Amino acid sequence: MAATVTLQIDGQSITVAAGTTLLNAAAMAGATVPTICYHEHCTANALCRLCVVEVEGARVLAPACVASVAEGMRVHTRNERVERSRRTILEMLHSASDVSEAPEIQQQLDDYHANRERFGGGERREAEVIDDNPMYIRDYSKCILCWRCVQVCAADAQFTYAINFSGRGFETSISTFFEQSLTDSSCVFCGQCVGVCPTGALKPKREWLLEQGQAPADILDATRGPGKKRRERK
Amino acid sequence: MITPDRTVSTTCPYCGVGCNLQLHVKDELIYRVTSDFDHPVNQGNLCVKGRFGYDFIYSNKRVTTPLIRKQAQAAGARTQAFDRSEWREVSWDEALEYTTDRLVEIYKRDGEHAMAVYCCAKATNEDNYLLQKIYRALFRTNNVDHCTRLCHAGSVTALLKSINSAAMSNTAAEVIDSDCFIITGSNPSENHPIIGLQMKAAVEKYGSKLIVIDPRKIEMCDFAALWLPLKPGTNVPVFNAMAHVIVNEGLVNREFVEARTTGYADYVKTLDKFTPGYAEEISGVDRNLIIDAARMYARAQRGMIFWGMGISQLSHGTASSLGLIHLAFLTGHVGRKATGLNPLRGQNNVQGASDMGAMPFFYPGYQWVDDEKNAQNWEQLWNVEPGGLNRKRGLTTTEILTHAHPGGVRALHIMGENPMMTEPNLNETRKHMQQLEFLVAQDLFINESGAFADVFLPATSWAEKEGTVTNTDRRVQRVRQAIAPRGQSRPDWEILCDLAQRIEARLGRPNSAIWNYDSPAQIMAEFGKLDSNYTGITYERLERHGLQTPVPHATHPGTPFLFAKDFPSGRGKFIPVDYVPIMEPPDEEYPFILTTGRVLEHWHGGSMTRNSALNEIYPSPVVEIHPVDATWANFTDGQPVRVSSRRGAIVLRTRVTEKARAGVVFMSMHFAEAAANLLTNDALDPQAKIPEYKACAVKIEPAAEADLPHPEIRTERGRW
Repeated sequence: MAATVTLQIDGQSITVAAGTTLLNAAAMAGATVPTICYHEHCTANALCRLCVVEVEGARVLAPACVASVAEGMRVHTRNERVERSRRTILEMLHSASDVSEAPEIQQQLDDYHANRERFGGGERREAEVIDDNPMYIRDYSKCILCWRCVQVCAADAQFTYAINFSGRGFETSISTFFEQSLTDSSCVFCGQCVGVCPTGALKPKREWLLEQGQAPADILDATRGPGKKRRERK
Repeated sequence: MITPDRTVSTTCPYCGVGCNLQLHVKDELIYRVTSDFDHPVNQGNLCVKGRFGYDFIYSNKRVTTPLIRKQAQAAGARTQAFDRSEWREVSWDEALEYTTDRLVEIYKRDGEHAMAVYCCAKATNEDNYLLQKIYRALFRTNNVDHCTRLCHAGSVTALLKSINSAAMSNTAAEVIDSDCFIITGSNPSENHPIIGLQMKAAVEKYGSKLIVIDPRKIEMCDFAALWLPLKPGTNVPVFNAMAHVIVNEGLVNREFVEARTTGYADYVKTLDKFTPGYAEEISGVDRNLIIDAARMYARAQRGMIFWGMGISQLSHGTASSLGLIHLAFLTGHVGRKATGLNPLRGQNNVQGASDMGAMPFFYPGYQWVDDEKNAQNWEQLWNVEPGGLNRKRGLTTTEILTHAHPGGVRALHIMGENPMMTEPNLNETRKHMQQLEFLVAQDLFINESGAFADVFLPATSWAEKEGTVTNTDRRVQRVRQAIAPRGQSRPDWEILCDLAQRIEARLGRPNSAIWNYDSPAQIMAEFGKLDSNYTGITYERLERHGLQTPVPHATHPGTPFLFAKDFPSGRGKFIPVDYVPIMEPPDEEYPFILTTGRVLEHWHGGSMTRNSALNEIYPSPVVEIHPVDATWANFTDGQPVRVSSRRGAIVLRTRVTEKARAGVVFMSMHFAEAAANLLTNDALDPQAKIPEYKACAVKIEPAAEADLPHPEIRTERGRW
C-alpha cells in the first residue's frame, strides 16, 4: 500500500497519509466537518452520522469519522445532499432528546437552518433523573446515545465496563447491568463518562444542585451524609 | 446550565501521578472538575479522588482561624483537643508571636538538637524549601524529614547505594511502549489510578505482558500474564531466584553488565542458594511461575519494573529494592525508553519535598549535609556566617518521635502530616507525642496529631494558593489559585515567611537569610541557583505541561528518562542481599499475617478524604480475609471481629474475598476509628529506618456489633 494518498476535498487536491480518516483529511484541507458523537480521545463509531460527506460514485453518504481516504477520491464536505442529511439528523435529535445543554448541537441547529419544530409532537426520550450516588447524576432525557460514556468506561480509558447499551431501537438507553444503582455496579466513580458527555446527561451532582439554585453550603451538605463521625473518641 | 466565573488549570492534590485538573468555579464553589485531554500525564482521565474528592476544602470542620490551646500543655502530660471549645481563636500576630517565643526559648535553652520539623509531601516545593530553610538556617538543625521515611525510604536508600539517584528513572506513560512490565508491592489501579489505566491499555491494546508479584489478588491481576502470589516479606528470595534463573539460563545482558555495572562476579556467587525451589519453599510461589517470570522479563526488548510500598515498607525494605535493581542490571532494562526502575511515589509532591531537602541528610538537590563544600554553598546563599550550618546528619521521621524526651527533641513543627495515624505502633507514638514540650500544627484540620498541638496555624488548601509540585516521574507542574483563601487561612509559604522573619529578629541574627519573597516564583528562583535539577525551570516554562527534572539550563527540554549514558554513581553497583525473614512471623497465638495499604476512595491518614463525599462511598473499615481462612476460622462476610497484635487491638467488620491470600489479612490505614497502625510493627529497616508496615502477626476473634465504633455504618460495596 502506498504511504500517501492524493484525493480531492471540495475541489482542492490534497495528499495525506494512507489510512487517514476523511474527517482528519478534511480538517487538513481546511474544511470543517461537524461532529457530535465523535471525540478525539474516543474510538469513532459513526453513530450519529452528522459527519457524513458525499464521496462521488458512492451510493450512500460516508461517515467522515471512520471512512478512510482512497486514491483519487472526490469528496464534498458540504453540498445540498450532505446539508439535508445533517439537517434532518439534527431535527430528529432535537425532537427526541433534550439538547438544551449541548451548545455545539444548538450551534449546529442554527448553522444548518434546522426547523426545530419539524418533528414536533413526536415521542420524546423521557427519563427521570437518576440520583443514586454522591458524585454524579444521570439525566437520560438529555442522552443522545453518542456512546462516548460507554467507551471511556470500557477500553477507551477505564476498563471498568460498568455501563453499556440496554434495550433496542427507540427504547435503547445507557444503563448498568439490570439497571442496578451505580453504587451496586462495578463503577469506580472516576467520572471519565462525565468528562466526555456532550449534552449534560451526565453531570457532577454539585453542578446539578447549583443549577437548581441551591446555596454552596447546602450543596456540600447534600453530597455528604449526615452524622457520619470521623472518629470515636474515648 | 452554569457558566463558570473562571476555569483554573492546576495539578491534582492527591497521588504522585500528578494529573491536570481544570477547576470550574462559580461563586467560589468548585462545581465541576475536568481535565485537559492533551495533557501528557493523564490524557484527560481522572480518578474519583481527583474529579470529585476536592470538597474537603469546604468542610465545616476545616480550621480557618489561628488557634492557641486554652489549657497550657506540659511535656509528659500532653493531651489531644479535637473540640474547638478547647482552643482559643487568636490573631495571626498573636499565634506567630507565641510560636516564635516558644521555639526561640527552647532553642536558646537546649540548642539545635531540641528542634525538629516534619515537612509535607502534600505541600508545594516552595513551601517545603522554606520550611527546611527555617530549621536549617535559623535553628541550625538537620532534624528535618517528612513522610517519605514511611513510604519509599527503602527504595531511596537502595537506589542511592547502587546508582546514586533515587527518583523514578522513566516516565510512567512509557509503559505502553514496553513489551513486559513487572508490578510488585504496588496496587496501581487503586493507588495510582491513572498509571493503572495506562498499564491496562499497555496490556489490552499494545500487547505488553504484565507480571504481578504481590500477595494480594489486586485488580491488575486480571490483566496479568503471570501472578506470583508471594507471602508478605519474601521478596528477596523471589527476586533472587528470578536472578538465579536469568544467570543460569544465559539470559544475562553481558554487554550491559560489563559496560555499566560493577560487582557482578561477587553477586552471582551469592545467588547459588536461591534456586526457584528454595524460593518456592519460603515464598509459597510455584517455582514454575518464578522461572516463567524470569524468562519473560529477561527476554523482553523493553522491560519496566514498577514497585510500591510492598517492597520498601519492610524491615528489609532496602534489600528488597536492591533485589529488583539487580534484575534491571542483569537484563539491561534501564537507561532506555520504556524500561527502568520505577518506584511509584505516593503523594502529589513526595518527589518534590525530597528534592527540596526535606530530609535529614540532604540540602535541596540531594546534597549531603556533612559535605563541607555543600554547607558552604548554602551558607553563602542564605547569608549564614561561615561554619554556621549544622554539618551533622539529623534525625529521621521515625527517630524524631522516639527522641522526644528531656535532653532530646523538645519542639516539633508539623506541616500537613499526621504521624498519629501514619506511624507504626500508634500506642507508642502517642506516648512520644505526649513527651513533646512544644508542638506547632500547620494544617487544614485538627487531625489526630494536630490535636496534641499548642498552636494551630490554619493553612490554605491547594486550591487557594500558587506553587509547584513534582510528580512521580519528575514532572514539575503548577498549582494555581482557583478560589480565595477560606476565612483567615494563609498559604504555607506566606505563614513561613512571616514566622521566619519573627524568629530571625528574635534570635538577633546580624544578616537576614532572606524571607521577603513576593511570590512562590521567587522562591523557586532561589533554590534553582544551587539545585541544578531545577536551575532551568521558571514558572513561565511550566505554563501548560510542566517540565521533567533534571532541567539544568534555561533552554533544556526536560528529561523523560534517566541514565541513558551512565548512572550518577558511574557504574551501577551489584550489592548482594540475603533473605531475612519478617520480624514478627505468625505463630500459634497470632496466626495471621496482617498487611496494610490503601483503597481507591481514601487517602492516607484521612484528613482530606474522610472530610469529603468520598467517605460516603467507602464509610467504614474492613479487614479482608480469604474464604479459606474465613471457613476454618468460622467467620462470615461482614461479621464484627477484633483484630489484635502484640501492640494493640481494633474492632471492625470482615470482608471475605479472594483478593486476600490465605493466611494473610489486609486492612487499609485510613480509618481513625479502627487505625491499622495501632497493630503494625515499629521494627525498622536498619539502613533506611522505614518501619515494617507490610507484615506483622495478628489474631482475629469474633466481636459483638456493639463493639464496633459505628455499627450503623457499613461499607456495602465491593468493586470486585
